[in-house]
Amino acid sequence: MGLAHGARHDALTAPLLAVEGLEQSFGGVMALAGVSFQVPAGLIYAVIGPNGAGKTTLFNALCGFYAPSAGSIRFEGSELLGLPPCRIAARGVTRTFQNLQLFFTMTVLENVMVGCHLRARTGLLAAALRLPRVRREERQLRAWAHEALELCELADRAAQPAGTLPYGLMKRVEIARALAAKPRLLLLDEPAAGLNDTETFALRDLIARIRAAGVTVLLVEHHMPLVMSVSDHLLVLDYGSVLAEGTPADIQADARVISAYLGGAVQYAV
Amino acid sequence: MRLAGFFALAAGVIALPVLFPNNYFVIVVGIAAGLHVILAVGLNLLMGYAGQISLGHAAFFGIGAYASAILTTRYAWPALLALAAGLVVAGVIAWLLARPILRLRGHYLAMATLGFGVIAHVIMVQATHWTGGPDGLTGIPPLNFLGWSVNNDLHGYGVVAAAMLLAIWLSLNIVDSRVGRALRALRGSEFAAQMLGIDTSRAKTQVFVASALFAAFAGSLFAHQQGFVSPDSFNLTVSVELVTMVVLGGLASTYGAACGAIALTLLHQGLVVFEDYEMLIHGALLMAVMIFLPQGLFVGLSQAARWAWRTARGMTP
Amino acid sequence: MPEQLLQFLVTGITVGSLYALVGLGFAIIYNASDVVNFAQGEFVMLGAMMAIALLSAGFPLPLAALLATLLTVLVGLLLERFAIEPAAGAPVVTTIIITIGAAILLRGVALLLWGKDFHPMPAFSGDAPIHLLGGSTLLPQSLWVMGVTVLLVALVRVFFNRTLLGKALLACSFNRSAAQLVGINVRVMLRLAYGLSAGLGALAGILIAPITFSSYEAGIMLGLKGFSAAIVGGIGNPMGAVAGGLLLGVLEALGAGLISSGYKDAIAFLFVLMVLFFEPTGLFGHKAAERV
Repeated sequence: MGLAHGARHDALTAPLLAVEGLEQSFGGVMALAGVSFQVPAGLIYAVIGPNGAGKTTLFNALCGFYAPSAGSIRFEGSELLGLPPCRIAARGVTRTFQNLQLFFTMTVLENVMVGCHLRARTGLLAAALRLPRVRREERQLRAWAHEALELCELADRAAQPAGTLPYGLMKRVEIARALAAKPRLLLLDEPAAGLNDTETFALRDLIARIRAAGVTVLLVEHHMPLVMSVSDHLLVLDYGSVLAEGTPADIQADARVISAYLGGAVQYAV
Repeated sequence: MRLAGFFALAAGVIALPVLFPNNYFVIVVGIAAGLHVILAVGLNLLMGYAGQISLGHAAFFGIGAYASAILTTRYAWPALLALAAGLVVAGVIAWLLARPILRLRGHYLAMATLGFGVIAHVIMVQATHWTGGPDGLTGIPPLNFLGWSVNNDLHGYGVVAAAMLLAIWLSLNIVDSRVGRALRALRGSEFAAQMLGIDTSRAKTQVFVASALFAAFAGSLFAHQQGFVSPDSFNLTVSVELVTMVVLGGLASTYGAACGAIALTLLHQGLVVFEDYEMLIHGALLMAVMIFLPQGLFVGLSQAARWAWRTARGMTP
Repeated sequence: MPEQLLQFLVTGITVGSLYALVGLGFAIIYNASDVVNFAQGEFVMLGAMMAIALLSAGFPLPLAALLATLLTVLVGLLLERFAIEPAAGAPVVTTIIITIGAAILLRGVALLLWGKDFHPMPAFSGDAPIHLLGGSTLLPQSLWVMGVTVLLVALVRVFFNRTLLGKALLACSFNRSAAQLVGINVRVMLRLAYGLSAGLGALAGILIAPITFSSYEAGIMLGLKGFSAAIVGGIGNPMGAVAGGLLLGVLEALGAGLISSGYKDAIAFLFVLMVLFFEPTGLFGHKAAERV
């Protein structure tokens, strides 16, 4: 499954994302108590852990929504900590959301075109006057958005208002929108939550296609069969600290993980 | 056809004075309605698309009007140059205000914009040396394009109509562009917009300035058209009416805002007949629309029409 | 100069008491329903105008004041029932416009009933000014304003802190669904909040009318100042609104006296803007961040 071991080892020497000693507290409660890990480029890297372990807090800290009190977040060698979310996105990190954050009144295509924001440069004045270069850029944005829609198998839904889609497709539009930004790291926050089995199966393929398109994926997910089958590497958080990390096989065999999280009932045939 | 509605509107605007030549009502009410449309379309960019309320927009309308009035009557500037200066002044003030004001949300933003509107109005009344005080300024020359002076009502109608169409065209272009999508996105989910690389405070600042420019533009036209200005045209009531127009038509629709502006202008004309009842009816109508048609008249009615059409065709989805 | 300052202070506290009462009404309604009621100033106007009308119809002052207050409370209840309840859950802009519409409607009714004139109201206990040190004077009516304000604020505090009903209303403001779960009738609580702030507004109007007179438009600026008081105090913090009102009143009186009386409203709102820019949650703490 996934990349060859040799390739993965090479990637590990120059991680795409390196998190060091990340701390985040809320009114005295340590949501992240010194989390460190490295995500090599080209991997599907999953973060798991019980509810309240700090997974979503980690995501929010990574993308600049929280201001961690200590630690560092280095992406492609440069520091992300302290940058506002829009600057972090500009560096090549985008995400989806656990609770849908679609632009419900806009069409699917428009949602994904918003995703292309960083790849275009039209300003207010040029847009108001609809200069020829603005028209050219619009055509280009449409083409890019369609590419992302094709990848997510949503092309036939392009003209539909996003708010009228079934839940599973809405989640997919969020992924397409994030991909349209051409990120190098994509953060997926519980993409399988609320999906049925067929949709989850399709999601697995989609995540694999995303990686094949050259995007590194950082995944927070509760759906263990999906996590175990799609990820190359796992990080287990518990009470804001790293409990374990390793391949899916390592994790499933880890006694601490089993007692703390999986509760002894591990039955995932991968 | 992206601009089909726009061309239909343009045809209607040209047809009106042809169909009703020398009709006082068409010309005078048309000028008022056209100015209101410019104001409402500009405010709609801020309220409807960016989701930011402004209860002080009459201030920018007034800044444009007073810039034109003061520069032409006291310093004998040509009208067009005064208009441009009004745009610059309003734009700079909006830009300075935007960052601190747009960090606020909801009721706080309502209070801050309202406060700005009151302050601007007080200055118009009190800075007598500049503004002429409560009586305002008179003797403002009409607009003048390279010697062609806008000195009769029909010309005035033509200029305001052209300006209105320009405003609508600009607004349609903005909405259907990268910038407009970014605005709509930040209204849908500010957090998601930021994660897609949209600098939301920059986007809000830009749209705040843009909508101030629309208002100042209307203000200058108003001053040159009327020949006089006084603070009463730019008080809190006017700000509230502008918001009403936008909401009445239906937020987040350029044509909706335009319809709201025209509807409210006509309503005022109609209610004049009722004299003392005007305020009562105005208030009751405002409440009724907001309670029963919260999406606004234009959007609400067009949805109702679509629903009726579908029902008439036998419930095919 | 010092004696002048004392005079400004007296004026400021009188006007500030009024802002405090209106601000308190804003805070109570905001807490209960997340709505900023732009018709709050119209409650003040209605209270004053109805009391004046009843007085001139021959009612004695206490009875006229009582009836006017009760009638205004009724208006508050009607507003809640027919304008706020049907729009429950609507976005902020919608509720703002509904209450603005209500304000215009009430102003329109007042215009029909009482015309455009200013209506005077006799002072409760004479017009003979009380001389303070150094030439400053104090109208007996100012004492009424301050005294009754202190009394009302104390009563509201006791109501919220000591009575079961008051605590139930407070519970609604913290978490409506949780309040519902423990058996509090949220609808009744909402009406209570609107009634209570309408009553406070009416009393404020009756108290100040002998000093400022009243007209159908008198509520506009008072409503805005009350809203400002609530914002300065930290929206949703009733005692903060009271403090904010007093502060605003004193500041405005000082500004009017030392700088220019024509600019007093501009000074007041400039202060509010500064508070919003630098301390957007209010000077006296607040209950929760803006819930939009």
